[in-house]
Amino acid sequence: MAKKLIGDPIDRIDGDLKVTGRARYSADMKRPDMVYGVLVMSSIGNGRIRSFDTAETLKMPGVLTVMSYGNAPKVAGINKNKPSEVATDRVMSLFQDNKVHYNNQPIAMVIADTFEHAVDGAARVKVTYESQKPKPPLPAGRNNTFTPERLPRYDDQVDTKRGNLKAGLSGASTKVTETYTTPTQTHNALEPHALIAYWEGEKLTMYNATQGVSGVQKRISELFGMPKENVRVIAQFVGGGFGSKGATWSHVMLAPMAAKLVGKPVKLVLMREHMFGMVGWRSSTVQKMVVGTKKDGEFTALSHDTISQTSAFDEFAEPAGTISRMMYASPNMESTHRLIRANIGTPSAMRAPGEAPGVFALESVVDEVAYAINMDPIALRLKNYAETDPHKNLPFSSKSLRECYQQGAERFGWAKRTPEPRSMREGNELIGMGMASSIYPVNRAESTALVRIKPDGKVQVETGTQDIGTGTYTVMTQVAADVLGLSPDDVTLSAGDTRFPESTTSGGSRTTASTGSAVTQAAQAVLKQAKQLAYKDKRSPLFNVAEAEIVAENGRLQTKSDPRQGETFVSLLKRNGSKPLEAKMLSKSADEKDNYSLNAFGSIFAEVRIDEALGRIRVSRMIGTFAAGRILNAKTARSQILGGMIWGVSMALLEDTLIDPRTGRVMNPNLAEYHVPVNADIEEIDGFFIEEKDETVNPAGVKGIGEIGVVGSVSAIANAVYHATGKRIRDLPITLEKVLDYR
Amino acid sequence: MEYTNHKNYIIDGAGRRWFLKQSSALVGMLALPPLIGQAGTAPASSVPPGLPMKRAITLRINRKAYRIEVEPRETLLDVLRERLDLIGSKKGCDHGQCGACTVHIDGRTANACLLLAVMQQDRDITTIEGLAPSPDRLHPLQTAFVEHDGLQCGFCTPGQIMSGVAVLREGHAGSTAQIKEWMSGNICRCGAYSGIVDAIEAVQKGGRQV
Repeated sequence: MAKKLIGDPIDRIDGDLKVTGRARYSADMKRPDMVYGVLVMSSIGNGRIRSFDTAETLKMPGVLTVMSYGNAPKVAGINKNKPSEVATDRVMSLFQDNKVHYNNQPIAMVIADTFEHAVDGAARVKVTYESQKPKPPLPAGRNNTFTPERLPRYDDQVDTKRGNLKAGLSGASTKVTETYTTPTQTHNALEPHALIAYWEGEKLTMYNATQGVSGVQKRISELFGMPKENVRVIAQFVGGGFGSKGATWSHVMLAPMAAKLVGKPVKLVLMREHMFGMVGWRSSTVQKMVVGTKKDGEFTALSHDTISQTSAFDEFAEPAGTISRMMYASPNMESTHRLIRANIGTPSAMRAPGEAPGVFALESVVDEVAYAINMDPIALRLKNYAETDPHKNLPFSSKSLRECYQQGAERFGWAKRTPEPRSMREGNELIGMGMASSIYPVNRAESTALVRIKPDGKVQVETGTQDIGTGTYTVMTQVAADVLGLSPDDVTLSAGDTRFPESTTSGGSRTTASTGSAVTQAAQAVLKQAKQLAYKDKRSPLFNVAEAEIVAENGRLQTKSDPRQGETFVSLLKRNGSKPLEAKMLSKSADEKDNYSLNAFGSIFAEVRIDEALGRIRVSRMIGTFAAGRILNAKTARSQILGGMIWGVSMALLEDTLIDPRTGRVMNPNLAEYHVPVNADIEEIDGFFIEEKDETVNPAGVKGIGEIGVVGSVSAIANAVYHATGKRIRDLPITLEKVLDYR
Repeated sequence: MEYTNHKNYIIDGAGRRWFLKQSSALVGMLALPPLIGQAGTAPASSVPPGLPMKRAITLRINRKAYRIEVEPRETLLDVLRERLDLIGSKKGCDHGQCGACTVHIDGRTANACLLLAVMQQDRDITTIEGLAPSPDRLHPLQTAFVEHDGLQCGFCTPGQIMSGVAVLREGHAGSTAQIKEWMSGNICRCGAYSGIVDAIEAVQKGGRQV
């Protein structure tokens, strides 16, 4: 078998399980005596429950009980159920009181022997309310804002100031001031949130669709007021998360509470319409941008003021302004974040939280400046290129954005573009070409991994990470195999379970940087043990060879100079008692973040074609070029990037959670009316990586690629729509009625 | 047609093995004459008015026959997943909007969440579990999905593959645009669309009967 190296496009190790339907996701698990929970949701946006009439439900065959605030088990750690410093800890609705904070809030659960009985029972619960007028979400209430306590990433400041904005603007020859708005977006991972919870005495086990088994374990144990060791969370396969499965939401407590109440395993799968509100969404934003520039394009001032919305009972601020602080070398820069309160479910992180809406506003206004001063948009960006991070005042660990612009422009054929709006057409279609920068910060969190070389020469990796579709399982085996000079086929991974060493949540594009570093370091440590064993062993061909001279290649330990001098792990371990070697490593950031600004960069080029008479918009071509450190698997990495870019198409043109301001009720809580792209919406699309070696960023040398594909794609499309039509649309999504308005 | 009780079915994986063992009570019940639940045989007083009564049906799934008692309101998808542990067909929306539950009924694609199980007797139902020619050999389109990375989280994948096979068999894979159009009933939220199209094109170009 050909040796599979890091970077090679190897197939997913779970591919066969997924294409045959044998991969078991949380809702596919079964337990003896399992019963079904179905939630009853509030139908008012604000107020109190006066009473439940459950008589009819309880008379139905198969119905065990209705759990609501009257009979729900008391939550011992309820004092922990409050706005938290941890972005993933959200305030839950746990049936401990009769308050209704938003429409479509879970207020009761019917538990029955079959799914059908539970659904029927839930439909027959009658609720009477004392209703108050709900506070509407944005754009209402934008004059009644407050300053959030914090932004989701703990080291991001809420407001920033650099230089003197006023002075910068007075020194500008051109000033552009515009406001951009983005809608509430709902994650809609295709796998509904699901869990099966059961108790064995004091011990709780949950099969849970989550982006972080260890985060759930921590949160659930503190809320139940029980030791962490008594909670086991398993997520072997997760059907997408995109942020919504990163936090521990109400249902993750409600199912084990119900299991306790009825003394049986409870299966709770949220219905699609239940997932509009109670499991997070991306807040709508209103963003005011101001740019001052000299005639030659040099920015003298830049400001970015964001308003987003949070719920009536919790606080989450969409950090849209953070990139504007550091993307361009403007000497004068100010940014603020404000919130309004509305009667809605609490917003949360959604793929590229902050960056996706924020960079839409930033890269749109930069395009507007380019037109205002008649300059090529790439030239304008290069003119203001930040050689160092102007916000942190630190050098970049690496930055290849210039190359991303150049290579992207070449691949796309940017030179063929005539800059004048409405200057390119073919038949009935106006053609527009737009570009934008993409960026995503490198996040890293503590992660632990164990690597074991077994006497048969095979390797076992254990780490409590999970694969939400990114290819983590595949990539972790590659990382271990690479360090140990083996084929990934020789490596077995145990993951997706809190039984394994604690790893981080799969969010913020941090898994490979965090868990990949842990696997790298654990594999390096176990390799060092093997080398020591060899050079201290008189019977080894490597006896007395200097450690630095020994390399692991092709399943062998051998000397650098003579590959024939060496032996396999099998023979080494056989002579030494046939005992496995293992190393467990906790990997965390050192001081790299204090000394460097760590970011992945990219460029997006998009071509749109718009039917002049009908306003129909299609993205006919899209090319993304990224510099994101070491790429571990060319195949899964490309899929991640393309998926991100498709999310960009989706945000630019389709997604919009419509909330009725009078009732706070979502008007399109389903996949027919909440639009996401289907296959025919995606035409030519391709993604490329620039080789970038960065040994500073982390031991794995990777920067994270899960979110950067989304970031610049939204504005590249918006800018292309302007180029095609001459109409600048600052309110997402860009739909045909907004485009048709141009005459 | 050979009748197969649950316990005789070839099982794959610990979960399924356990589940079918658990279901032995159900199997025993099914061994009774197929009259249970027929209108008129159950005393009317024991069932609250308006509640549907169970009836015994036979479903032909993946070339095997299953005798099972269902309520008339049970969807084919819920019967596959909850009663027969054929969990490859996924529930993404339960409204026929996402395509994750796509199966073949008499060779045509259908959303199992929109069909009532009681209405599928005398039809040949194929699910993702029945697509591969044998447990250790994949269908060519399954192989192509892995090779071309036509998946990420894998949740929509069974439905995509069932639709993809139908698109190939029905002759709708003539061009990239045609494949995209005919595959647009299956949502992939991860955005694996280009891999999905590449996989279908590769099988089409391979020219093998699928």
